[in-house]
Amino acid sequence: MVLARELGKRFLLLVLVLFLVTLFTSLLLSMTPGDPVDTLLPVADENSEEVQQRKAEVRERLNLDEPLWTQYTAWLGDFVRGDFGDYFRVSGEDPVGDTVKEALPVSLQLMVYSQILALLIAIPVGVVAAYRAGSWFDKGANTTAFALLSVPSFVLGLALAYYIGVWLNWVPPSGYVPFGEDAVEHVKRMVLPALSLAAAQIAVYMRLLRSDMMQTLQEDFVQMARSKGISDRRVLWRHALRPSSLTLLTVAGLNVGTLIGNALVIEVLFSIPGLGTAIFQAITERQYVALQSFVAIIAIIFVLVNFAVDVLYTVVDPRIRHARARS
Amino acid sequence: MPEPVADRVPTAAAPAGNGAEPVEAAPTRKLGLMGWLSLIWLVGITLAAVLAPVLPLSDPDESFLRIVREPPIQPGHLLGGDGNGRDILARVIYGTRTSLTISVGAVGLGLIVGGFLGLVAGFFRGRIDTILSTLFNVLLAIPSLVLLLALVTIYASSDENASNARRMVVLIVALAIVSVPLLGRITRASTLAWSEREFVKAAAVLGARPWRIMFREVLPNVLPAMMSITLLGIGIAIVFEGAISLLGLGVSDVPSWGNMIASGRPELARAPHIVAIPSIAIFLTVLSLNYLGDVIRARFDVREAVL
Amino acid sequence: MNEPYAVRPAARRLLDVVDVKTYFRTPRGLVRAVDGVSLSLDRGTTLGIVGESGSGKSVLSRSIMGLLPKRNVVREGKVVYEGTDISRLSPEELRELWGTEMAMIFQDPMTSLNPVQRVGAQITEGLRVRLDMDRKTAKATALALLRSVGIPEPERRLRQYPHELSGGMRQRIMIAVALACGPKLLFADEPTTALDVTVQAQILNLLARQQRERDMAVILVTHDLGVVAGRTDHIAVMYAGQLVEMAPTAELFSNVRMPYTEALLRSIPTLDQPRHTRLQVIPGRPPDLVDPPPGCRFAPRCRYVQERCRVEAPPLLDGGNGHLYRCWYPVGRETAAPVTVGTGAS
Repeated sequence: MVLARELGKRFLLLVLVLFLVTLFTSLLLSMTPGDPVDTLLPVADENSEEVQQRKAEVRERLNLDEPLWTQYTAWLGDFVRGDFGDYFRVSGEDPVGDTVKEALPVSLQLMVYSQILALLIAIPVGVVAAYRAGSWFDKGANTTAFALLSVPSFVLGLALAYYIGVWLNWVPPSGYVPFGEDAVEHVKRMVLPALSLAAAQIAVYMRLLRSDMMQTLQEDFVQMARSKGISDRRVLWRHALRPSSLTLLTVAGLNVGTLIGNALVIEVLFSIPGLGTAIFQAITERQYVALQSFVAIIAIIFVLVNFAVDVLYTVVDPRIRHARARS
Repeated sequence: MPEPVADRVPTAAAPAGNGAEPVEAAPTRKLGLMGWLSLIWLVGITLAAVLAPVLPLSDPDESFLRIVREPPIQPGHLLGGDGNGRDILARVIYGTRTSLTISVGAVGLGLIVGGFLGLVAGFFRGRIDTILSTLFNVLLAIPSLVLLLALVTIYASSDENASNARRMVVLIVALAIVSVPLLGRITRASTLAWSEREFVKAAAVLGARPWRIMFREVLPNVLPAMMSITLLGIGIAIVFEGAISLLGLGVSDVPSWGNMIASGRPELARAPHIVAIPSIAIFLTVLSLNYLGDVIRARFDVREAVL
Repeated sequence: MNEPYAVRPAARRLLDVVDVKTYFRTPRGLVRAVDGVSLSLDRGTTLGIVGESGSGKSVLSRSIMGLLPKRNVVREGKVVYEGTDISRLSPEELRELWGTEMAMIFQDPMTSLNPVQRVGAQITEGLRVRLDMDRKTAKATALALLRSVGIPEPERRLRQYPHELSGGMRQRIMIAVALACGPKLLFADEPTTALDVTVQAQILNLLARQQRERDMAVILVTHDLGVVAGRTDHIAVMYAGQLVEMAPTAELFSNVRMPYTEALLRSIPTLDQPRHTRLQVIPGRPPDLVDPPPGCRFAPRCRYVQERCRVEAPPLLDGGNGHLYRCWYPVGRETAAPVTVGTGAS
């Protein structure tokens, strides 16, 4: 009950942020220098009747003459109904929504895979490094983590694509195959991109977990658990890990934002048809309406994920739940 | 964070730990070997960047057919040539100028604006803090690279004939905007912590005006935290510049580390060194910046308030 | 080391601690937390170990049990439990003893219980992992345990988290956890320090009752002489890592020898003192365990100190009646024959 009130507060905050973010992105187009319509439809023969008429139509469609507030509400109205605007192409207009429907799942897959990969590697390494603090394993892990943090993901992506994709040819260096079509090929093509994205995450998570674990291992209840005669492994994984994983979870969730940015470049590098590639195309083709929608979608996802992480955090640690309830 | 053993000498009352707390290898307080190497590297590339015109380098834009795609150690061209036969060594060094100008300029600008806003938010609190914090949070709600892309696209790409200088300016300003919330948040946290200290309250009691207190008492103490995040930020800016160039939106007339990688990409299979060399430059620079940033943070050990 | 006594039949002897030393390596130097302590314990008896913070009493109990960090620890001496030298056992072999033969309860039950695990699970874990019980039996046993430590509504408590319970209840839970597998030896490390005074007596009574019912030996570590007064068979007083006095309880209180112990006794406020009586404190601070002073370690703070005390460290002396003490000029009587290391009262 009190939990509900706590969540309610956060929800209001969520709504506020969403509002401001969408306001900002929806006005991006209007912020371009010069006439937005000219930007959207750069046509050589500016003065023909036809072109002028088309421009007028577009202007009307996008409410460019209306006051900003109206622009926003109109945009928002369309947005929540799933109308993400159109691509303005020579051949006509294609709804952005179609692209979103195809590209979004692909991007999500990439991000989820990379997070899973990162956690799968970082957690055991972090636990062992904390348990054997000071050993060569620990020192090696720390140094590797530091180095991984300093490598840009696209550099890593290029290196992996070259060495593993081209040179060794273990997996194809680019392209995408949907899971439903051919699971094996799908995995083969997603491994390198996911790994490139995961590398920096591995470093961050490993260090975080290690430092939290080291602190937890000093706590009394760990000694108590040991004194019951249960094995070190059980103490590590069943007792010490859970309280140490809070910061990790929070950061993992919050990291989705960084992931999205990096994922963009990785998608382009590996020719993965996700939202990143879509954004890239929208930029090269100057499809600003589409760009707006994409940016908005990504921002919304990010905000929602943060919110979900916050909620999860409360659930994982019952102390937080009760502490908040009491205050 | 686990404290070093010296702070935790086991007494009878303290619990004996599990296999933990050996004397922590200290990369922290002193510079050490890594620190000096990092410093040397950074000073070195800065010098190289500044002195580039007077150094005995080939023209970075000139094509030497002889060295097209040739790997390093060529007579006269130490690091080989790229896809167009341009001297990579010269390009890397001139690229340092570009990359450093952009990243340092952007983070510097962001530091001034973001740092100032963070100081104000943390010091005056109340409504100003709420407004500024919300502003930071909104900007942070959009992933940095995406925001950067959006800003760069809108202000630079829309004009086909955007001059290089204009592109650089837009890039710098956009990067600055992206860095403002991050720098602002850290500064704010640090300011909040320091404002609670007695000497600040003492200054207020003595009748010093708020702005004066903010600048003379609080700012000097907040500076180390800002310095640390600035170094890290420069590293991030360099990487972003690379990403932007890779996506074709960066500067193109002058070499930068980013556009060297971008142009080397098609040749990856045949001549990987074209991509490798600027990548290594980025890696070493970011590594040095990260390391020094860490050292500064550990040394001044500011217990920043968690937001 | 020889053990020149055999007052009781060997069948009752549970534990022999022989010249145990525990040093910690720190950047400042080697901290001599426990510097040559010997004692013994019989089945079913209670030994109180008393000392101020830093005296080494907690480290001692952990050293005996073997619950020390792996790194930067120097250990010497023997700990003989039921005939086996457990100080030489491998970590796995030692772990076999924990829970089923010996167990420990810690000072602060709030931090000693896993905050994110339900109380019931913490009790049944030992039962299922060490005693191979199935879930139902374990749960039934846990309920019985909770009842025996005096917790009302045990069914409900099983599913609760530590922070939902009061301090006294948490300590009872901790006792239940420790006793779950039926150990023969219980280390109680400051079991009441974190509790309200009213609850302290309850917990101590609980411990005493459990001990009787299970014929369990207890080592009660505390800084509070009042805690050990009526509840122990023997008391060992520690100071700066050394044993400075050991005697059967009654003998200690009626016939105190060590000035330190005397000072401790004097510093306990009692209800029958007149109002506004100054509390007697012991001036000064305990010595540095890295570099203890030559001579008697208590000399800087002792009100009876003589020249000899500062220069020559007194050995452990036997005053008869099972009373050992470490002082050149003990309170009251004259000195007696030195004691060979390895004796303890039993």
